[in-house]
Amino acid sequence: MTHLGPGSAGDAATVAQHGLTREEYARIVDLLGREPNLTELGLFSVMWSEHCSYKSSRVHLRTLPTEGAGVLQGPGENAGAVDIGDGLAAVFKIESHNHPSFIEPYQGAATGVGGIIRDIFTMGARPIALLDSLRFGPLEDRRNRRIVRGVVSGIGGYGNSIGIPTVGGEVMFDESYNGNPLVNVFCLGIARHDAIVKGQASGVGNPVYYVGAKTGRDGIHGATMASAEFDETSADKRPTVQVGDPFMEKLLLEACLEVMQAGAVVGVQDMGAAGLTCSTCETGSRGGVGVEIDVARVPQREPGMTPYEIMLSESQERMLLIVKRGREAEVERIFEKWDLHAVRIGEVTADGLLRVRQHGTLVAEVPNRALTEEAPLYRRPMAEPEGRDVLQKVRRDQLGPLPQPTDALLTLLGSPTVASKHWIYRQYDTMVRTNTIAETGLTAGVVRVKGTRRALAMSVDGNGRYCLLDPRQGARLAVAEAARNVACAGARPIGATNCLNFGNPERPDIMWQFAEAVAGIGEACRALEVPITGGNVSLYNETDGCAILPTPVIGVVGLLEDAATVLTRVFPSAGLEIVLLGEGLGELGGSEYLKTLHGLLQGRPPVIDLARERALQRLLVESASTGVIRSAHDTAEGGLAVALAECCFDAGGLGADVSVPGAPSDGDVDRLAATLFGESASRVLVSVAPDRVEAFVAAARSAGVPATRIGRTGGSGIRIAVDGTVAIECAVADAEARWNGCLARWLDGRAA
Amino acid sequence: MKARVFVTLKPSVFDPQGRTIVDALQSLGYAAVADVRQGKYFELDLDVRTSDDAEKLAGEVAGRVLANPVIESFRIEVAQTDRPEGQR
Amino acid sequence: MRFAVVVFPGSNCDHDAYYAITHVLGQQAAFVWHKDRSLAGADVVILPGGFSHGDYLRTGAIARFSPIMTAVREFAAAGGPVLGICNGFQILLECGLLPGAMLRNRDVKFHCEFVGLRVERTDTPFTSQCAVGQVLRLPIAHGEGNYFAPAETIAELEAGGRIVFRYANLAGEATERANPNGALDNIAGICNEARNVVGLMPHPERACETLVGSADGLVVFESVVHALAARGVLQAVSR
Repeated sequence: MTHLGPGSAGDAATVAQHGLTREEYARIVDLLGREPNLTELGLFSVMWSEHCSYKSSRVHLRTLPTEGAGVLQGPGENAGAVDIGDGLAAVFKIESHNHPSFIEPYQGAATGVGGIIRDIFTMGARPIALLDSLRFGPLEDRRNRRIVRGVVSGIGGYGNSIGIPTVGGEVMFDESYNGNPLVNVFCLGIARHDAIVKGQASGVGNPVYYVGAKTGRDGIHGATMASAEFDETSADKRPTVQVGDPFMEKLLLEACLEVMQAGAVVGVQDMGAAGLTCSTCETGSRGGVGVEIDVARVPQREPGMTPYEIMLSESQERMLLIVKRGREAEVERIFEKWDLHAVRIGEVTADGLLRVRQHGTLVAEVPNRALTEEAPLYRRPMAEPEGRDVLQKVRRDQLGPLPQPTDALLTLLGSPTVASKHWIYRQYDTMVRTNTIAETGLTAGVVRVKGTRRALAMSVDGNGRYCLLDPRQGARLAVAEAARNVACAGARPIGATNCLNFGNPERPDIMWQFAEAVAGIGEACRALEVPITGGNVSLYNETDGCAILPTPVIGVVGLLEDAATVLTRVFPSAGLEIVLLGEGLGELGGSEYLKTLHGLLQGRPPVIDLARERALQRLLVESASTGVIRSAHDTAEGGLAVALAECCFDAGGLGADVSVPGAPSDGDVDRLAATLFGESASRVLVSVAPDRVEAFVAAARSAGVPATRIGRTGGSGIRIAVDGTVAIECAVADAEARWNGCLARWLDGRAA
Repeated sequence: MKARVFVTLKPSVFDPQGRTIVDALQSLGYAAVADVRQGKYFELDLDVRTSDDAEKLAGEVAGRVLANPVIESFRIEVAQTDRPEGQR
Repeated sequence: MRFAVVVFPGSNCDHDAYYAITHVLGQQAAFVWHKDRSLAGADVVILPGGFSHGDYLRTGAIARFSPIMTAVREFAAAGGPVLGICNGFQILLECGLLPGAMLRNRDVKFHCEFVGLRVERTDTPFTSQCAVGQVLRLPIAHGEGNYFAPAETIAELEAGGRIVFRYANLAGEATERANPNGALDNIAGICNEARNVVGLMPHPERACETLVGSADGLVVFESVVHALAARGVLQAVSR
């Protein structure tokens, strides 16, 4: 074994370049019992990066509830899995690809989609749906428009080509995401329980196979790049973004599923961040075994690649297979049918080491556990940021003139965060695989499960503004909202995944936000009985020391027993009664109204009673299944007025006429605004046939859910009265035109 | 031997990508860019000995696969045989 | 009656076509791999949608050289019904079984949405159960559906009654607004001279059940079953 002496691997500059601290280096020396050579240093640099090791976040993530009767696979594998009946499982996860999407929007987003899809099919599940949660800086800035166009094209370009529908998502805009866009992609697949394959190596002597695209020099140190902030030199990091090949991944997906269905493999893992290194040491570590490979056997795209480069490359569309000894020929034949490389590069050993050779010569030797389990675990210092008490008060002297409520509504509807996202999802194939049973944009994403009567609903939600004002509360609200969206489609929430997007964890205030948010997620998940099955953490989302709003994004999956009972937000006909479930308390803290109409981010986020939220969700699921409610839509950004308007959109101009009681508070702004645009939680607008509404309201109240009959569907206008006085009145057509036209106005017809 | 193939849309064919690009350039202030047509460029690495052979092979490949004769035309550029390998 | 659904590397809608034919229509279907040389006694051939070969080079440009295409040509030459859906239509264009070519959508964006499709001719196997002027509500999902052909070819198609489908609004008007991609004369689907090979950009296999948004596409498959029954082809119906 050759060791490169001090001056190469161990000098301060090299260690720092590898993103490791002196203490981490000392720990490596301790674990190995010697100094690492350069290749070994590279292995540690990627595996101990924040992105791969979760070193700053693990202590907090451990507090999340991950168990439940239906959980088949919790965190720790490539994706989580929950039982959905009939011997089937929903396999799902959410992941981020934030930093690459800033550097190269199209490919950054595309490879993000590719990465999460691999995480699903590596478990033996066929991916059937995608969602995305996107956050950008304001569209006034041409750089953000460029990023939006690139990201949307990239998601569409990859998802459409590989043939997996993007069935829903969310998109928000805020200055804090300037320079740090967030691209979180969620994927869900279906597998038979007994067909789930884990990312575990086992069986000494079992061959280790490399399948898929050739390895090149792209993406080396991608993991370390994702674990660092941006600054003026970020432009130089451009080469570290890879180009995705959805065609290759489609072939890989089909071939891998075929091989897994044939029962020829014991373990599979995709090569994502830290590529070959991560897939070998993680499968070895999970299985408690060693893995030995010879990099000379790895198919290479470029000449003269060193073991360091081969081990660290993040070339896309590659998988690692642990094959059952004796089944090699079968595996190779299947991959050959799909015109893919399937090369035996090594085997499983008994000694727990990752051993890397090149043409037989040993070039690196590290215990798997040193790279995985023994990665540093940090309890980073946390400190509540100063000035929160000031931030949590709405400053009346900073409010602008109060707009007329109708004008305020139209302004909100025509603002990017609230406006229709049709411009975006029209570029996605939302229907391929013929499972999509609710038109995209009208509710949570809903796909049927062929061969059963069931369907799965899914939603991704978050609110960075609430989390800035109160991270714990904002996180609770995010969980509640995602679960509520799924319940509004009629589905019972059964599992969740989280993507935690934050700034630099070495700053105590950011770490405090993170810990608080994780605590909030835990509380809400427990109260709503929705376990976390896995997720992702993205830290260092900062540019020049300026962090994004703390943005935990929650993805919730729900089960709909009868696909035919799916609901959307659209009022289906005139003459229905509209019932408001829940209570408006007139809370404008952190609201879209305050930000868009007054330019302020202040106040306290809405309160939430999680027990009442749970009762609300149960009521929705029950009522959808009996057909007593005909549509459902929860209030979110823009409050009641925006939610009501949205129920009238995509309904051929059908309007609504309602009257609501004034809120008990003026939200530090104005009582009318607080009533109409306050974002109090746990509220849903439902439509009910007149002959069933009395019974429905009684049932709701006895279930502990406040229910108020507020008006009827009909006519062609949106009319909202508060305490008997008409406050908002406009034609549906006008409101819908504002809402529909917004994104196109910004993103089309402006060349750049 | 290296051959380059340039594939372009026939003049009569509407080019939405080219149109989008010229709009973008003009809105960035490049008023002098009157029009843009987008095409494709291929670099072929051919295992032949003379530039004539390269031209013939590239032409066949271009006509049969690289270009769609309904909407595209192409032209070929090949290095001359009397220059040493590797120079253009 | 057997439907062959050809699968190219990158085909995505093969399973959707298979499902519609077997589960909804109740007919037999079999997947045929692009490297096969035989259609195994199929009565109808479907070239499904998707991104064969990633749409690299041009949509359908590489798939048209697949070994199976020889058998498809022979089947078509013998009068067998062939339906090319979306990428399948693009493959038929590239291999010359249908005239013309596809360009990028005029707004250079991928479009996934429901459109109105007006049936222009009912004298093809795939429209035999439709009425002239009937408007079907079908989804499109493509980035290159902008049909182009030289003027003489368009004239030929018109004169020969070979424009089978046009984009139209729900009132049946083939307006500019109803045209989602800039296709010449709102052309959404055409047939060959012998009228047995039909290509269309919209996806009928995605509209065979109201649960998924529309069942207007079922008539395309029902039509070919009727057309073949009328010709005396044995119907082997199995569920």
